[in-house]
Amino acid sequence: MSEKTKILCITCPKGCTLEVSHEGQTILEVKPGCKRGHAYAANELVNPRRMVATTVNIRGGLHPLLPVYTSAPFPKGRIHELREVLRKVEVQAPIRMGAVVVEDILGTGVNILASRDMAQA
Amino acid sequence: MTTKDRYDVVIIGAGPGGLAAAIAARQNGAEDVLVIERDKELGGILQQCIHNGFGLETFQQDLPGPSYAQRFIDQALDHGVEFLLDTMVLDISSQRRIFATGKHSGIVDLTARSVVLSMGCRERTRAQIRIPGMRPAGVYTAGTAQRWVNVEGFMPGSRYVILGSGDIGMIMARRLTLEGAHVERVLEVMPYLTGLTRNYVQCLMDFDIPLQLSHTVKRIIGHKRVEAVETVRVDERWNPIPGSEEIIPCDTMLLSVGLIPENELSRQAGVLIDPLTGGPFVDDSFQTNIPGIFAAGNVVHVYDLVDWVSEAGRLAGISAARFAAQVRRKENRLVPLLAGENVRYVVPHRMDRETLAETPVRLQLRVRQPIESPVWVEVRNRTNLIARKGELYARPGEIITLEIPTTAYDEVQKADELTLAVVKR
Ligand SMILES: Cc1cc2nc3c(=O)[nH]c(=O)nc-3n(C[C@H](O)[C@H](O)[C@H](O)COP(=O)(O)OP(=O)(O)OC[C@H]3O[C@@H](n4cnc5c(N)ncnc54)[C@H](O)[C@@H]3O)c2cc1C
Ligand code: SF4
Repeated sequence: MSEKTKILCITCPKGCTLEVSHEGQTILEVKPGCKRGHAYAANELVNPRRMVATTVNIRGGLHPLLPVYTSAPFPKGRIHELREVLRKVEVQAPIRMGAVVVEDILGTGVNILASRDMAQA
Repeated sequence: MTTKDRYDVVIIGAGPGGLAAAIAARQNGAEDVLVIERDKELGGILQQCIHNGFGLETFQQDLPGPSYAQRFIDQALDHGVEFLLDTMVLDISSQRRIFATGKHSGIVDLTARSVVLSMGCRERTRAQIRIPGMRPAGVYTAGTAQRWVNVEGFMPGSRYVILGSGDIGMIMARRLTLEGAHVERVLEVMPYLTGLTRNYVQCLMDFDIPLQLSHTVKRIIGHKRVEAVETVRVDERWNPIPGSEEIIPCDTMLLSVGLIPENELSRQAGVLIDPLTGGPFVDDSFQTNIPGIFAAGNVVHVYDLVDWVSEAGRLAGISAARFAAQVRRKENRLVPLLAGENVRYVVPHRMDRETLAETPVRLQLRVRQPIESPVWVEVRNRTNLIARKGELYARPGEIITLEIPTTAYDEVQKADELTLAVVKR
C-alpha cells in the first residue's frame, strides 16, 4: 500500500513542502522541489539527520568556549547523546578552524570540527 | 595601533560586510585599508551565530557562522588589511574625519579618502515594543542571550518563553534546549511564522517546542526576577481576545522581534536615512548622499542571507577604492604654498598645478616686518625663481598680490612646494 508523507525541506532557505509517495521505506515519487531536496526527503523518511553545531570548553583561549560542528549530518535521534559527550570535552588553545576535536563520535563516522581559529588569550 | 593619520579607505565594523569591503578595496587598488572594530575580535555578529546554514551561495557549503567569518578574516589578513580592534568609532564628519577611542588605541583621529559604514544592525528591545508589567530581571533580547550562551558560556535562565518567531529566536530555542534548559513556547503575534521554515523544522519541531501564532505577551509577572508571563491570543488587528489569557511560569523571556540598522554614526556624518529601511539612501555604488561615504551590509537594510551582505560589501569596497584613488589623484595635483622669508601667510594655502594650463593664479600675502625701501616679492621652487614682482615698500598692514603666470606651468609641475619671500631689492 502506498502512502503520502509531507516533508518540509530544510536543505536551503526556500523551505519547500515536499510530498513523498512511498511504500514503506521505498520511495515512489517526490514532488515538487529540486534534486537536493529529493535526496533530503529520501533520507528524512528512513534516517533523519541534522547538522549539529554546539560548543566545547577551551582552556587558555580568547573565549571560554570553542564553537564546533559536525562534519556531516548526524542521526537526529542521538543529538542529546552527542551533547552529553561534548559537554565533557575540553581542548587547549590555540586551535585552527577545521581541527578535529572528536573523531568518529559515538561510532557514527562523523567528526566534530572546530568552527573557527581560537587564539591564545 | 595606527601610525598614519590618513588612509585610502577606512571601514567601520568588521562583520562580513566590512570584511568583504576591505578585501575588495585592497584588490581594487586601495593602498591602505583600515578596519575599525569595537569588539576585541573580527567577524561581527557571526561569531555568536554558531549554527550551520551560512555560505551556501558564496562557498556552496553549509558552514557555521564563525567558519564563514573565518574565511573572510583570513582573506583580509592575506590582503594586508590593517585592523584596529577594541576601538569604538564615536564620530565621523562629512569630510571623512574619524574620531574613535579604545582601551589600547587611545584617542584615534584620522582622515579617510573614503569611508565604508558597516556597523550592522541591532535588535529591537522591550522599550520599542512596549510590553506592560513589571521590569524584573530576566528579559533579554535573543541576540544578547546568544552571545552569553555561545561565546561567554553563561546561561541566563532555565525556563524560557520566547516572544517572536524570528530566526534568532527559533535558533536560540533549539540552542537552549540542547544546553538543558526548558523552552516553554515561542509566541508570534502575526498569524504566520516570521522566520524561515527550515528553522521552524530543525529548531522547533525537532525539539518539540510549541509555537503559538497570533499570540503575544500581555504582562510580565515577577518583582526581582521574571516568575511568569501572561500570554493572550490576538485578532487580525492585534487586539487581545478576552478570556484567552494564560499564565506560563518561566524565569526568562527572550525577545526576537526584529532588527534595525545601526545608524547613529551615519546621522552624525550627515548621511540621510530612509525611514522605511532604517538605513542610508544609497546609489548603485552603495554611496550615500555624502560623497565618499559608502554603506554596506545590514547597516543599509536587514538582509536575509549573509552571502548578500558579503556581496554588498564587495561592491561598496570597489566603489570606495575608486573614490579614494580619485581623491588621491587630486591631492597629488595640489602644491603647498609656503610662507618664506618675511612672509606671515599666503592665501591660497595650496594650488592645483593644472590651473596654470588655463589661467594665472593670484596669491595674496602679508609680510612680517615692514621694509621702507624697494622690495622683490618672489615665489620660488627651492632656488628656482618662478615669478617675481617689484614693490616700493612692504608693510604688514597692506596685502601684497602676486600672480603666477601661465608661462610658469612647466616649472610648477616639477615643484613639491612653492615658497614666497619678500626681500630687499
Ligand atoms: C543577534 C543577531 C543574530 C543574527 N543571526 C543571523 C543568522 O543566524 N543568520 C544570518 O544570516 N544572519 C543573522 N543575523 C544578521 C546578521 O547581522 C547578518 O547576517 C550579518 O552578520 C551582517 O553583517 P554586517 O557586516 O552587516 O554586520 P555585523 O556582523 O553586525 O557587523 C557589524 C560590526 O560593526 C561593529 N560596530 C558597530 N558599530 C561600531 C562602532 N561605532 N565602532 C566600531 N565598530 C562598530 C560591530 O561590533 C560589529 O562587529 C543576525 C543578526 C543579529 C543582530
Ligand atoms: S527542495 Fe530544493 S529548493 Fe526546495 S528547499 Fe529543498 S533544497 Fe531548497
